[in-house]
Amino acid sequence: MESAVNHAMIAEHELQHDVPLEFATEDGSLRVLGFWVFLAAEVVLFSCLFATYIIMHGMTAGGPTSKQLYDVKGFAWETFFLLTSSFTCGIATFEMRRGNKKGVIAWLLVTIAFGLGFLGFEIQEFVADVHAGATMQRSGFLTAFFTLVGTHGAHVSMGILWMTSVVIQIARRGIDSMTSRKMFIVSLYWHFLDVVWIFIFTAVYLTGKVI
Amino acid sequence: MRRTRRWLKTGITSAILVVLLTGCGVQVPVLQPKGPVGQEELKLIVFPFILMAIVAFIVFALFAWIMVKYRAKPENEGYVPPETDGNTLLETIWTVIPIIIVVAIAIPTVIVTFKLLKPPTPTVAAKSNTNPNPSKQTVVIYVASSEWKWLFAYPQYGIETVNHLEIPVGQPVDFQLTAIGPMNSFWIPALGGMEMDMPGKDLGLWLQADSPGTYLGRSAQYSGKGFAHMTFNVTAQSQTDFEQWVKQVKANSPKLTATEYKKLLQPSTVGTMDFAGFVNPNGYNGSMSKTGMPGVRAGMPIPSDIKSTGDSSTGSGSSSGKSGS
Amino acid sequence: MSQFMNFANTFLMWKEGPLIWISDVLIGLTSIGIIAVLVYFKAFKWLWKEWLTTVDHKKIGIMYIIAALLMLFRGGVDALLMRTQLAFPNEHFLTAQHYDEIFTTHGTIMILFMAMPLVIGLMNVAVPLMIGARDVAFPYLNAISFWMFFFGAMLLNVSFVFGGSPDGGWTSYPPYVEKMFDPGPGENYYIMALQIAGIGTIATGVNFIVTILKMRAPGMTLMKMPMFVWSILITSALIVFAFPALTVVLAQLLIDRIAGAHFFSTTAGGMPMNFINEFWIWGHPEVYIVILPAFGVFSEVVSTFSSKRLFGYSAMVGSMVAITFLSFGVWVHHFFTMGAGAAVNSFFGISTMAIAIPTGVKIFNWLSTMYKGRIRFTLPMMWTSAFIPSFVLGGGVTGVMLAVAPADYQFHNSYFLVAHFHYTLVGGTVFGMLAGLYYWWPKMFGFQLDERRGRHAFWWFVIGFNVCFLPQFLLGLMGMTRRMYTYPSGLGWWIPNFISTIGGFMMGVGFLLLVYQIVWSVRHMPRGVADDPWDARTLEWSLPSPAPEYNFARTPIIHGRDEWWYIKRGKFEQEFVEPTIQPIHMPKSSGRPFLIGLFMFVAGFGFVFEWYVLVVLGLLAVLVLMAWRSFEFDYYHHIPVSVVEKTEKALGRL
Repeated sequence: MESAVNHAMIAEHELQHDVPLEFATEDGSLRVLGFWVFLAAEVVLFSCLFATYIIMHGMTAGGPTSKQLYDVKGFAWETFFLLTSSFTCGIATFEMRRGNKKGVIAWLLVTIAFGLGFLGFEIQEFVADVHAGATMQRSGFLTAFFTLVGTHGAHVSMGILWMTSVVIQIARRGIDSMTSRKMFIVSLYWHFLDVVWIFIFTAVYLTGKVI
Repeated sequence: MRRTRRWLKTGITSAILVVLLTGCGVQVPVLQPKGPVGQEELKLIVFPFILMAIVAFIVFALFAWIMVKYRAKPENEGYVPPETDGNTLLETIWTVIPIIIVVAIAIPTVIVTFKLLKPPTPTVAAKSNTNPNPSKQTVVIYVASSEWKWLFAYPQYGIETVNHLEIPVGQPVDFQLTAIGPMNSFWIPALGGMEMDMPGKDLGLWLQADSPGTYLGRSAQYSGKGFAHMTFNVTAQSQTDFEQWVKQVKANSPKLTATEYKKLLQPSTVGTMDFAGFVNPNGYNGSMSKTGMPGVRAGMPIPSDIKSTGDSSTGSGSSSGKSGS
Repeated sequence: MSQFMNFANTFLMWKEGPLIWISDVLIGLTSIGIIAVLVYFKAFKWLWKEWLTTVDHKKIGIMYIIAALLMLFRGGVDALLMRTQLAFPNEHFLTAQHYDEIFTTHGTIMILFMAMPLVIGLMNVAVPLMIGARDVAFPYLNAISFWMFFFGAMLLNVSFVFGGSPDGGWTSYPPYVEKMFDPGPGENYYIMALQIAGIGTIATGVNFIVTILKMRAPGMTLMKMPMFVWSILITSALIVFAFPALTVVLAQLLIDRIAGAHFFSTTAGGMPMNFINEFWIWGHPEVYIVILPAFGVFSEVVSTFSSKRLFGYSAMVGSMVAITFLSFGVWVHHFFTMGAGAAVNSFFGISTMAIAIPTGVKIFNWLSTMYKGRIRFTLPMMWTSAFIPSFVLGGGVTGVMLAVAPADYQFHNSYFLVAHFHYTLVGGTVFGMLAGLYYWWPKMFGFQLDERRGRHAFWWFVIGFNVCFLPQFLLGLMGMTRRMYTYPSGLGWWIPNFISTIGGFMMGVGFLLLVYQIVWSVRHMPRGVADDPWDARTLEWSLPSPAPEYNFARTPIIHGRDEWWYIKRGKFEQEFVEPTIQPIHMPKSSGRPFLIGLFMFVAGFGFVFEWYVLVVLGLLAVLVLMAWRSFEFDYYHHIPVSVVEKTEKALGRL
């Protein structure tokens, strides 16, 4: 409720009741819209990284190609973990709408666990690549690959930290207009990262395995 | 009004300035092109300029008139301006007319853009008996910039020059541009527009000189400390004189040694040089017959022991003074 | 001792000569002076409480503007150093290296740290007042944006005396800026300064989109918004869609430089062209990010000072939207000469020319607004009148000429181009922002700027501007390229260059007169001027000057465009949402935005010298500050009715 609202003050008892809790205050709806706009900026950011990767896909400079490098088992697990986490995150939102505090916390923890699993596989993949000599410094292709996938990974790590903080806040305060808004926004972020991953999965891993 | 007058004054003054300067023998090479490419481009400078100048003149005149006529004066105190929201007819007019102007400019733009990809028509027929490569009616020159000099290779003749060019008059010249190190832009304003030269790329530029003379070329893309000195003279002369010059270089100039070549690739500014081919072209993955100067064509790596470091050292060589100054 | 000398030579650049020594001394003296003044007036607390921790959009706007004017000074000094160097052929006033650094910082500062904050400053000051809001949507984020910009700008300025300035040009094209060719820390400074400020700018874009879309007073539909608000909405959208490209391209260049990767290198498959494409995918919309708000200002100013409704409102909106879409489809015109191919060049040439159509519509609509008006030539209107011919010449005539791809082969990177973009950026953005600054100055500070002194500044600046840049068109046609630190004699370049230098210094005088005007006005102009000194048309002029912290004691209900004008003329009745004054809910001040900026600076500085301890410390601190914010729930306060009533009474409003 930080923003200066236009129409007098809005206290918890003056919430709008015909919309979900996270939209019930003006502040809440401003922030949700703001986050959507931010996600638009993120789309542009990832588009640039994707464009760079696709252009540089062939610039292997005699180093490993995508076909040699990508390990089906690794990225299959990563995909499984992240997609599932998006699903559990959706259940958490559902529980939040039902006002079930314990349910929200439990499903968010499951989401975090899947997120960590994803990260674990990704780090393992990167470490294996580096040990095989496929470092960022090896070729333009690898530079673009590590930057694109690494940026996504960094986003996921940030999301895990953020979600942890939201879990703690919900545990302490319960579900109110503020925590529900925070929960809703972090879930938007999480689903967005899932969508980005679907593009990485198809445009980077699947395509890279074929050509 | 005062402002408008000032505007007019500045405009007229600068116009007079151009006339005066050119009258005094000062060169405005872009406006005085010496070859078909430059002439073609000049047409596309003048035509849009005239169209746009007409538009600008109308705007300036309207603007001046409105500023004078509707200025707040003691006499029109109490005048209440009318409430107008817009006028569809007027607004349509000043949307449609610019569209027509843009179309009028766009058509020649596209035509010439495609035309400049092809060689200009030779004004002097090349003598096929002296041309070492009769299938080609043109001179091919490989151009490479390194920090901060221009390397030119004549693959049809097996000679190389640094920081100066000789070309036959009336014949299209096929410049193939690349860079060793940072990119530059190859520009001879009197002959025509520029093209960038980039490492790992192989861009082409057609130019042709129709009258003999010496024209100044330079780099138009900043590439570091010595960039302002990346100039070269282009001497256009008759086919016979050109071939005479080639013979002379072959007979009198040293061969380019590996040491000398490496030195050339170091950051430095040097004078003009001529070389009669390479001593050992194979040392750099370069094949003489195909690429002229090794390392010059696209995709050729810079030899691993050549990396730009630190300050510039003034290179030596058969230096004959800094060109272009 | 020798260790110290080594440090001084490497980082403080003592061997670079008197220019650096003088700067060191001046910076030292200025810092001591500022601290001394603060200590003397015991103003630290005031500075911290009222300014450094503020989340009030009006104060943030003012800080943006102050910073922008300081940067205008810095960039202007750079410009004068360059013009001095070029006044005569074969001059040795600056070395090539110094000249290269100076044109780089000139361009970078003028676009990113002068034009941008001036635009963002004015939109902060004006937009909430114009739409009837009490602040922006995210005031805390707004403060973070400001401090990110501020510390980004500081980071770039520090480079001058610590480690060396960037020397790759403001466009910073690889491969030259790769470590192989440009090893110093300068380029890292450029990357980090722009990165930090750029992220802040993205946040501003998000903030203003939400503010304008969601916080308009009831009744103000989109098509009833003042034109300046429209221009800011569109600008914000441009920021959100363009700036991430800058973020990416800078990050990629940084990765290349500090990790030895191969995005843009000449070896191992690097592609320098990628940088150039990405840079201009941001860079061209950026041009419109700084010009559209100026268009917005002109619309307000022309309409106000002609005492006439803006002509063709919907066409004005439509043309801005058209420019926005086109601006993402023209970036290749910045490098027609890089072998993109004839079809690509033709496409981008035509799309570029097409931008002239909506721009022309705007010019004609402004002229029609003035037509049959009663035009008062006050300072804002004078700057607007100087803009129209400059922009017709710079954006219109030469803009279209440059869009003709084959002709561009002769113009590219020449002084013709330099003159062209100065005509658009100075004649458009700077004139526009100065018009806006004069226009809203009374609203910001409660007093006007002295008209007569302002006219002096105006004439010196505008005449100097034309004297400086008109000859440069000729220089370009004579074959002079940009970024040359010197030129030989005998080419006929001397006279135009010399004239241009004279013009440059006239602009310098104009700037000093402008500062003098401000200082004089601060001391002598009467306070408590009328709340509506221009007889203006939009909502902000219905407020006291300066507006109280909460802007609107009661939220107005909007009936139409030019609301305030028609209220004054008795056509609309002034109405409010709340029948009586209610307690007002406002955000609390916070020192954390400042600290976030500061720690971003620390992290950025660490990246510049690859001192990763600093990077980790800085970023960790930022993370902690963000988490602290996340756990904060009580970050607003209420202004009770009694206080609001007292304030309003003091302002003569009750």
